[in-house]
Amino acid sequence: MEHYNMNLTLKVWRQKNTDAQGKFETYPVSGISSEMSFLEMFDVLNERLINEGKEPIAFDHDCREGICGACSMHINGRAHGPWAGTTTCQLHMRAFKDGDTVTVEPWRAGAFPVVKDLTVDRGAFDRIIEAGGYISVNTGNAQDANCLPINKDDADAAFAAAACIGCGACVAACKNSSAMLFLSAKVSQLSLLPQGQPERKSRALNMVAQMDKELFGSCTNTGACEAECPKEISLTNIARLNREFISAGFTYEK
Amino acid sequence: MLDSKIPKEGALGKKWEDYKGHCKLVNPANKRNMEIIIVGTGLAGASAAASLGELGYKVKAFCFQDSPRRAHSIAAQGGINAAKNYQNDGDSVFRLFYDTVKGGDYRAREANVHRLAEVSGNIIDQCVAQGVPFAREYGGLLSNRSFGGTQVQRTFYAAGQTGQQLLLGAYSALERQIALGNVTMYSRHEMLEIVTIDGKARGIIARDLITGKLERHFGHAVLLCSGGYGNVFYLSTNAMGSNVTAAWKATRKGAFFGNPCFTQIHPTCIPVSGDHQSKLTLMSESLRNDGRIWVPKKQNDNRKPSDIPEEERDYYLERRYPAFGNLVPRDVASRAAKERCDAGYGVGSSKQAVYLDFAFNMDRYGRIEASKRQISNATPEQIRQLGKEVVAEKYGNLFDMYAKITGENPYEVPMRIYPAVHYTMGGLWVDYELMTSITGLYALGEANFSDHGANRLGASALMQGLADGYFVIPYTMGNYLADDIRTKEIPTDHPAFVEAEKNVQADIDKLMNIKGTKSVDHFHKALGKIMWDKCGMARNEKGLKEAITEIQQLRAEFWKDVRVPGTANEFNPELEKAGRVADFLELGELMCVDALNRRESCGGHFREESQTDEGEAKRDDDNFSYVAAWEYKGPSQFELHKEPLVFEECKPTQRSYK
Repeated sequence: MEHYNMNLTLKVWRQKNTDAQGKFETYPVSGISSEMSFLEMFDVLNERLINEGKEPIAFDHDCREGICGACSMHINGRAHGPWAGTTTCQLHMRAFKDGDTVTVEPWRAGAFPVVKDLTVDRGAFDRIIEAGGYISVNTGNAQDANCLPINKDDADAAFAAAACIGCGACVAACKNSSAMLFLSAKVSQLSLLPQGQPERKSRALNMVAQMDKELFGSCTNTGACEAECPKEISLTNIARLNREFISAGFTYEK
Repeated sequence: MLDSKIPKEGALGKKWEDYKGHCKLVNPANKRNMEIIIVGTGLAGASAAASLGELGYKVKAFCFQDSPRRAHSIAAQGGINAAKNYQNDGDSVFRLFYDTVKGGDYRAREANVHRLAEVSGNIIDQCVAQGVPFAREYGGLLSNRSFGGTQVQRTFYAAGQTGQQLLLGAYSALERQIALGNVTMYSRHEMLEIVTIDGKARGIIARDLITGKLERHFGHAVLLCSGGYGNVFYLSTNAMGSNVTAAWKATRKGAFFGNPCFTQIHPTCIPVSGDHQSKLTLMSESLRNDGRIWVPKKQNDNRKPSDIPEEERDYYLERRYPAFGNLVPRDVASRAAKERCDAGYGVGSSKQAVYLDFAFNMDRYGRIEASKRQISNATPEQIRQLGKEVVAEKYGNLFDMYAKITGENPYEVPMRIYPAVHYTMGGLWVDYELMTSITGLYALGEANFSDHGANRLGASALMQGLADGYFVIPYTMGNYLADDIRTKEIPTDHPAFVEAEKNVQADIDKLMNIKGTKSVDHFHKALGKIMWDKCGMARNEKGLKEAITEIQQLRAEFWKDVRVPGTANEFNPELEKAGRVADFLELGELMCVDALNRRESCGGHFREESQTDEGEAKRDDDNFSYVAAWEYKGPSQFELHKEPLVFEECKPTQRSYK
């Protein structure tokens, strides 16, 4: 792979705190290596801002290997930027060329208020899981793991849904700020497995109710969530959730 | 002074059962009045919080991330060990125990390791019950794979995302307890001080990272599940936020730090590409199942790997260690890679890399697939394609990650890999009950020192974190709190809380008021370079002495010249980093002091002065068969306490993987 250096113009959203008015600031950056990750480019910029006596840009990040789900930048109008199936931290500067202007915003959704600059509050996701994204089994209650054979296809499909990292790109990409892909991934994982059957109906109903309470929008099956999901979680999970929700609504008695 | 509290009665295999049969209990009504603070929500913290919440204790859990689901356990790739013997290949509790003690180069405490092996099977059962989607065979039963340092297949996995799936399992159990009101969650909070009253841990001071406000929290007991300290090297496979602060504050408060110099350098990571590098990325050990490691037989060979014929390749692990081959433990594999690169056989532009090549096994898998599908005259291209599909199912996410970072396609060309800092076996000294040397203060998971000796075997970190949280602490906690049921909640206007908060505030003010000229990262990188050069894969007396002086100088410079922008009463990531680096600057010195004291090689600790004729680590059991537990006595002053290691079952011998 050929390496090259580039100069870029960054337009970055700056916002002091949740209540403050935000705005774009423009920063020229130079000598960026194509081998850097996108966040390393931000490290370089922040180092410069600190040396100039200015405030560095706040952004969420942690594992920098695409799995913790912390990083969350909206880059040139796309959640996690131009590469498909890629988190911001795994996006590398090879994706850009010399002279590009790159616009970077936080996730934009009413349910994800901005904390500062590019950092948002995704606590609503935790509260959706609290509403039923689990199997009620206390420690010590389990039988031997191999007493429960599971069809490999179901196990694989459950795993594919469970790969969701909870980053919120689906919400950011959705014109309605719907959390359906996130929610449906968890409901799918658990409804595909025999362990998830006892709470299957209440789970779908309660999690959807919590999602509505958090003021996420409705799903209109546009599919932007699937297109931007860094873990390529499938839209079929939403179809499955709809089935689960509707049938639970008709048959759940309590 | 150092009482490991290993149950005296009975044979090794009976101790834990005996302990459980006789430990004190707290009745359910009393549990409701007992508060437990848990710092960190990775595998150890989340599993402990969920399990203790289920038992009825009032739990408060803290994490610095925006959600407990983001703790760094999530990044663990390869798998989790358990002595299930589902493969009928001769595994047993004893064998897992023995492999772990031997893999740790006889520097772990036998009783703890045996308990770990005993509960390993329960962990898999628990995780499956929670809905963790482990890999399965077509018959619907669980699949296993091999990891280093063993000759059985006992590793359970979920593609290359096992840590993620296990953590999300523990996280969902934790969220359930939050919903039930048994656990209160404090995200984006960082613990900055332990509060002790009458010699017992009774609470913490935490900073709300959004508002910057300091908070006082009471607990009858405090659990530190805050992970390891690999980031003292700046570049490591740890997450950017992973830090030693909670453990270090405890150390400064009187908890002993065990074996700080025992760090694990993982053999298969993506090599450093330039000065901008902010972290290193692991390529799971499980890849060594199917990848063969080699370098050219000729020095400074600049040919493309595909142009180097088979007979001109040196599969040096298979050559040196025929019995274990590519699956030798991590410390051995790392040193062997360094040896080849230092001798001029390295590959890639930096020459600091070796090849991890999948071609051989891709073809083997392809032939098996072709046979399964009854394709009798498959072309080599067809076979390679079928093999690629098998490999993609096993390791797809890892191959994708490699491609994104390097811009190269590992299905076509061999990966370039090099060792990097990955895990720390050292940590807070704990007794058999996981209590530190401060009464009522516990350490679980990577934050303690207890189970891995001088080198951890692959797929054992997840096992230990969950063992401590699900199956050990629920018992040992009761044994302590049973004597504490008369202690009422202590109001946080108690002088000990006031004093602790004042000290934390003073430290923050001090950092903010330096207003120097250099960023926190500047100092962190400088520290990392000293540590890697002089306290990394190979260590010697001269280098360690230099390192101690250099760290002291760097620390003095930090406190004179660091620049922390912004203010303390707002969301300020630079201030968080500054506090963590300040602690690393003290810990780094202690690591060098410990490495200097331990004039033997063992596991990941390689003192150049102590090696066999073949360049392997040479232990000195007569003089160093002990846990080094260091007591903080003031800046640059540490007192050594020794816990002798007694081996009843595993007889220490020179480790051999030949």
